Amino acid sequence: MAIALVDGIVVEFDEREKLNGIQLARRAGIEIPHYCWHPGLSVVASCRMCLVEVGKHEPTTGDIFFFPRLMPACNIPASDGIVLVTQSAKVQQARAMVQEDLLLRHPVDCPICDKAGECYLQDYYFKYGHKQRRTPWHPFTSRRKDIGEKITLFVDRCIMCSRCVRFTREISGSGELMIVDRGNEQVIDIFPGFPLNNKLSGNVVDLCPVGALGDKEFLYKQRVWYLRSHGSICIECATGCALWVDENQDRIWRIRPRENPFVNKWWICNDGRYAYPYIHSPQRLTTAARRSPDGWRPLNAKTLLQELSAFLQEKERWVAVLSPFLTVEEAYLLARVIRQADPRAPLVLGYVPRTGRDETFPGGFTIAAEKCPNRRGVEEVIGYFARDVRPIDELPQVIHRHGAEALWITGGCRHGWEPIPWLEEIRELKLPVVLQDIFPSPLSESSEFIIPGATFAEKPGSYVNRHHRLQMVRAAIRPPKGVLPEGKLLWQLEGREGPYDPAAVLQELAEDIVYFRAALGPIPETGVDLRVNLLANSATDASNGPAAESMTIDS
Amino acid sequence: MSHAGTKKIRWVNETPLSPIERTYIPLVLQGLTTTVRHLVSKKITLQFPEERYEPADPIIYRGVHRLNRDAQGRVKCVACFLCATACPARCIDIVAGESPWPDREKYPVHFTIDMLRCIFCGMCEEACPVNAIELTSLYDLCGKSREEMVFDKNKLLLIYDWTKDDEPPLMQIFEQEAIREEPPEETQSWAAPEHPPFDHVAEKAAEMYRRDSAG
Repeated sequence: MAIALVDGIVVEFDEREKLNGIQLARRAGIEIPHYCWHPGLSVVASCRMCLVEVGKHEPTTGDIFFFPRLMPACNIPASDGIVLVTQSAKVQQARAMVQEDLLLRHPVDCPICDKAGECYLQDYYFKYGHKQRRTPWHPFTSRRKDIGEKITLFVDRCIMCSRCVRFTREISGSGELMIVDRGNEQVIDIFPGFPLNNKLSGNVVDLCPVGALGDKEFLYKQRVWYLRSHGSICIECATGCALWVDENQDRIWRIRPRENPFVNKWWICNDGRYAYPYIHSPQRLTTAARRSPDGWRPLNAKTLLQELSAFLQEKERWVAVLSPFLTVEEAYLLARVIRQADPRAPLVLGYVPRTGRDETFPGGFTIAAEKCPNRRGVEEVIGYFARDVRPIDELPQVIHRHGAEALWITGGCRHGWEPIPWLEEIRELKLPVVLQDIFPSPLSESSEFIIPGATFAEKPGSYVNRHHRLQMVRAAIRPPKGVLPEGKLLWQLEGREGPYDPAAVLQELAEDIVYFRAALGPIPETGVDLRVNLLANSATDASNGPAAESMTIDS
Repeated sequence: MSHAGTKKIRWVNETPLSPIERTYIPLVLQGLTTTVRHLVSKKITLQFPEERYEPADPIIYRGVHRLNRDAQGRVKCVACFLCATACPARCIDIVAGESPWPDREKYPVHFTIDMLRCIFCGMCEEACPVNAIELTSLYDLCGKSREEMVFDKNKLLLIYDWTKDDEPPLMQIFEQEAIREEPPEETQSWAAPEHPPFDHVAEKAAEMYRRDSAG
């Protein structure tokens, strides 16, 4: 172990971790302000905000030799005997000067800037800046330029940290953004005719430490201090990126990446970022109903529960379709409910949407072709109950072989059920269907029960991504009135007491199913690798194995 | 049960009334003097709808809000939500959008104040960075329904049109006073100015305060 001294605090670290000065100081609990440095991007040391006094401890004499001038902490590799001084008058003066320089050309239009409230320039100004502005105020406006389908650039707010430029070069690999002109005329721009339209473009808005890059979907909708962030998981593909769902009064306004070094690092794709409006779509199913001779008969939560449990007992032979959009707990509860009604009921894996092939970007970020969050988890639950996992295409054969009297189908895909080759066959059989789904579909028109389902943001539970990582999420918003989250309904249907507790269900199934054994006990925010018990006899997946430097949690 | 605090309690007996006091006549007379004094003194109540209260200083009175217009007659508000954030009664509801004008970026598409919720504290006026929302001296507001008392953007702009002549926007008053006095020295040097900006306003306020306390 190497030893460093940060403001008199001794920090022990491993030189193989390849820390820099900012990360080293963070180990000591000291924040070094920075704009241009980001743990996921290369170091340019151009903003000069992280200047600190750097010294070297000479073990032979015991003296500390300081560099004569201040050094950027982001570019200082942590080595044995390094000494950082981050609070001296010299450093504070340098920070205040950098801050003043950045504000010289900044239109202080915070009242109309979407970044206000989470802006580094604002925060650092109050922490490290001069108390008073010495330059005249600029007009209360910023030049604006459209640089892409989703992104807009406020030219004058930019502080030239070049994070966005490095992102498009290193992570998305598309390199649309560049710096044009020199000196104080420098601006971020695109080459004419080549807009910033790659699939990761939304990340530049989160990366921007000031309000220069704006998200057109979020622009002017809300002020950030009204939003509450909830940790969640993206369900748009099998990668299962960690998200922050930002909501205000049960309405989602924005989706941001949540750092998870094992899954998505700091990024998410635009497919996941801009998918949320369907959650607030007026087309969603919001009333539970049962078919009656004269149309649909609406049911409230209580009558639905009574009629469903009566119906479950009435029919003897069941087939259940477990959607890969269900959480692990819901799949387990549904399997148990169906197996209570019919101990030999076959369980079928629901519709797994796939488009194209996996897209991997130069930065290592991958968008999976499989557009569902939990195929692995549901497969393992089915495998525990039914031994073999049948795909949904075989549903008619399964029904015939089992002689099913009733079907329980779960959906949850926002794109619906298209295409359903087996729909006509089921219609001809005239089987009563219990359908849990979020949108109306050809299936919902021909079913016996319709139960409105909840979206990922409205229900707690855990998902297993394609790299066998189980991540647990809590509900970010309350579901719309009339919607019964699947887990809650199944929990009550199974006759369990108290409120729906997915953590208890997960513990139960982790004890039952060997695959989930690693999920016993508390689940960390970054999730658990379910192969942890199996690693001994299987080669580690190189693409999933986190690099050593990304093991630490950085912003 | 010996408690340190109990020893400090001193029991005081009520003083017994004298025989004259026991008739209660002196006390009744004392009470009547107050009544008679108010009968003959100057009346401070107003016969409201006929007589109207005129606020002593309409500029600082906290009545119904108005939304100021800029030089081109457009709503001055930039939809920064600071008034809604400062509002302790949560009565301001704003929907922001991109402005249709080339020289402005953000503007309020909807701006409503629920006057029934409002407590007229004036925090919105203080929070506003562009002096777009101001409280006027109109105080007798009424409506036939709750919906009518939710004032929208057009109504608030209308209040500005009604009141702008009697109560000019505060910023305008500041500017006029600044022009009347000698203009502040321009600081072109790199040294920090000796006086903070708006110092002349603060001095004026101090002077007014001194004058008031003297008179």
